[in-house]
Amino acid sequence: MAEPVIETRAVPKAKPRRASLSVKDFKGKADPDWCPGCGDFGVLNALKTAIAELGLQPHEVLTISGIGCSSNLPGYINTYGMHTLHGRAIAVATGAQLGNHELKVVVTGGDGDGFGIGGNHFLHAMRRNVDLTYIVMDNQIYGLTTGQVSPTSRKGMKTKTTPHGSVENPVNAIPMAIVCGASYVARGFSGQQKHLVQLIKGAMEHRGFALIDVLSPCVTYNKDNTHEFFKQRTQKLEEIGHDPTDLHAAIEKGNLWGDVIPIGLFYKNDDAPALDELEPVLGEGGPLSHRSLQVPAGDAQALIAELM
Amino acid sequence: MGNIDFAVGIGGAAGQGVATPGAMLARLFVRRGLHVNAYNAYQSIIRGGHTFLTVRTSEAPVRCMGDKLDMLIPLNQDTVDRHMRLMRPGSAVLYDSGKVRPAGAAEGVQLCPLPVAELAKSQLHYNTAAVAAVLRLVGVECRQFEEMLAQQFQRKGEGVVAENVAVARAGYEYAGAHFRPYPFALPVTGKPLAVATGNESLAMGGVAAGVKFYCAYPMSPSTGVLMWMARHARQLGIMVRQVEDEIGVINMAIGAAHSGCRAMCATSGGGFALMTEALGAAAMMEIPVVCINVQRAGPATGVPTKTEQGDLWQVLGAGQGDYPRIIAAPTSIADCFHTIPQIFDLADRFQCPGIVLADLLESEGFSSLDPAELDFNPPRDRGEVIGLNGSPVSSGEGYRRYKATESGVAPRALPGTPGHAHVVATDEHDEDGVLISDEFTNPHKRQAIMERRQRKMEGVLPLIQPPRLEGPEDAEVTIVGWGSTWGVINEAVEQLNAEGIRANQLQVKWIVPLHVDAILQALAKARKVVIVENNYSGQFARYLRSETSIVADAHIRKYDGEPFLPHHVVEGVRQALAGKKKYVPVHEIVV
Repeated sequence: MAEPVIETRAVPKAKPRRASLSVKDFKGKADPDWCPGCGDFGVLNALKTAIAELGLQPHEVLTISGIGCSSNLPGYINTYGMHTLHGRAIAVATGAQLGNHELKVVVTGGDGDGFGIGGNHFLHAMRRNVDLTYIVMDNQIYGLTTGQVSPTSRKGMKTKTTPHGSVENPVNAIPMAIVCGASYVARGFSGQQKHLVQLIKGAMEHRGFALIDVLSPCVTYNKDNTHEFFKQRTQKLEEIGHDPTDLHAAIEKGNLWGDVIPIGLFYKNDDAPALDELEPVLGEGGPLSHRSLQVPAGDAQALIAELM
Repeated sequence: MGNIDFAVGIGGAAGQGVATPGAMLARLFVRRGLHVNAYNAYQSIIRGGHTFLTVRTSEAPVRCMGDKLDMLIPLNQDTVDRHMRLMRPGSAVLYDSGKVRPAGAAEGVQLCPLPVAELAKSQLHYNTAAVAAVLRLVGVECRQFEEMLAQQFQRKGEGVVAENVAVARAGYEYAGAHFRPYPFALPVTGKPLAVATGNESLAMGGVAAGVKFYCAYPMSPSTGVLMWMARHARQLGIMVRQVEDEIGVINMAIGAAHSGCRAMCATSGGGFALMTEALGAAAMMEIPVVCINVQRAGPATGVPTKTEQGDLWQVLGAGQGDYPRIIAAPTSIADCFHTIPQIFDLADRFQCPGIVLADLLESEGFSSLDPAELDFNPPRDRGEVIGLNGSPVSSGEGYRRYKATESGVAPRALPGTPGHAHVVATDEHDEDGVLISDEFTNPHKRQAIMERRQRKMEGVLPLIQPPRLEGPEDAEVTIVGWGSTWGVINEAVEQLNAEGIRANQLQVKWIVPLHVDAILQALAKARKVVIVENNYSGQFARYLRSETSIVADAHIRKYDGEPFLPHHVVEGVRQALAGKKKYVPVHEIVV
């Protein structure tokens, strides 16, 4: 074993040299094992493009996922990554963001991971307005487990676990997120690359919880919500006409799902402080992760005095 | 135990203020340099029910609440009915003569009726008058109490202070004029002590470890840690969060730990059950995180305000698959403090989860602590970390997070460190972090990685203290306990030796890894091994047998929710020596 690192005094952070990086530089160690034609390829590419265009370096970004086809994404991108448990990415990301609030933390995953098993963390991260960019690759199906109903599967959809058609109402993440307190709420389509890049860049630059629900078709198990299905129905909010600072209009537009499925930025609130901004503990002294563990003598004495 | 050994029991309904006089007395005792141990028997009710707090003090260290009460303070009739029959000659019962009728006192028990209505304007002052009367009977000067009242009420103004001091003096004088004092006076040792609950001790242990991130979901009897942390967070620069559920708690702690913070959380058995998958995840990603399980009586919701050592097998088997974990069961409230920095060093060094197995007896009880031993800056070992404190790092060329090293440990690079970007995964992964779980499964690699991760545990064992025998070497009976029962067994061993039964004790704190050789050696000469534990099935006995093949001769078990008292252990040992295999004491009081 090498010499253990005994705590050292804080050293001022050297300014990283800014080299302009291209999308290629963000290629991960592994190649995606997604099915040919999977919508997730488009999302991965858009994310890499957004990070490159924002001028970020690989070490400045932490990409965190849960489990599912889309949750394999951290392995395919050259940033720090965490491939956590099914449904837990948001909770892990909250801890990591508060632990080092200088990191750009991106969470990626699917609709089952985020809205099903991870629903509780999703809800609370939004009300806390944690500074995260959450990209959901929403394919309305459980793909990795070979085609079962998901929380976003439409009513009536036939899957391996709803052979007679689902009788349940699906989750619509857009109005849900707006009501829960997310401060940047958007929907993208993996087939609209440039548009998606802009949405991701906006989300990463936004301070607070940003959700991008990306329509990302599963070509193998979802024969209902195909590329063609979305291509015909998706319409940009910019074209429809929408003011993303108008909460009520955002909920109204978010509820639209039918012949027209709006994509774009539904809601943005720049006045809501992010959780880390509300915590006085983070006020000064830099990221918690790099602070000295030494307890000042005065504090130690005060703690003992309380007990005497 | 020194010459003076004084225990007072205060009982009443929840909400009646049992805690206040108990805390006042404990504080007064430690300020005199006396040792204290206290246990609060309470119920899961906010108002009503029966709460009974035992505070015991002595010049010598007090290891448990003990067997006897020297004074009973019943705040209601119910307490009289439950406890009076246990009061022995020489003891006293102090009560509000306007509220309580002391029926059933044995001969030689001094009844001390305090006419609170005459002494104080308000019933609220009862506690003050009662504490003052106790002090008078144990020979403590009133002045010390008056100073405490002045401190406590200074913010409410001089009038309130004067009022309380007047009541204290009235109670003190009344007791002096009407009651017979004990035949001793509590001395001043000249070395004031501190007093803390086990939950406070665990929280402060976190501070000493350098915890920067603490999160939890409220769950009795661990909530005290969260409340202490929340109260001190801003002063100490600790991020404290109350999270939506325990699954969120442990995952959030893992995220913070991965960022580089020392991260801790506490819960009880039910919350721990929710955390188990993520503990395996921490081990798989090799992220050091510390989780405290303050055990209460299970299963399921169980008895939330009662104690048990029933989660041993739960923590041993927490989560799917085999993974390295370190498990420690602190042996006292003081040890709660020391265990946290110890286990953080090990978790950091071996990049795996550390689990602390405390229980309600420790967490909700309180004990005197030597302030000189509360070292908030012990030496800390963060293990091999790249990029900590923004320290300069290499280019990262060829960095492999999970490099196959001899020790099994490879340096971890903190997110944000240039040149070392990598993925940590809960899927099985290769040295560079790339998954070998989906497309590239490989049995040979998997085998080597499993062996590498598990190899880390070999490095832990030499760093932890082996258990040692306490008491005479040539004992006819060796009592084995684990965790919180150290104090009660220790006192029982003393009692046994005093009555001519040569007994000694082996208390195990470090559960995983287990010092198998040291235990085998310690018990090799034991003539009779008796295992004492606060659970039904003998969880530790089964564990010891599985790891060492040692089969105990007899067992003393208790699973009624209340902790052992020394005489329970003494009686159990007598029965064991008479050939009985198992003894389950019946708790004398219904609390």
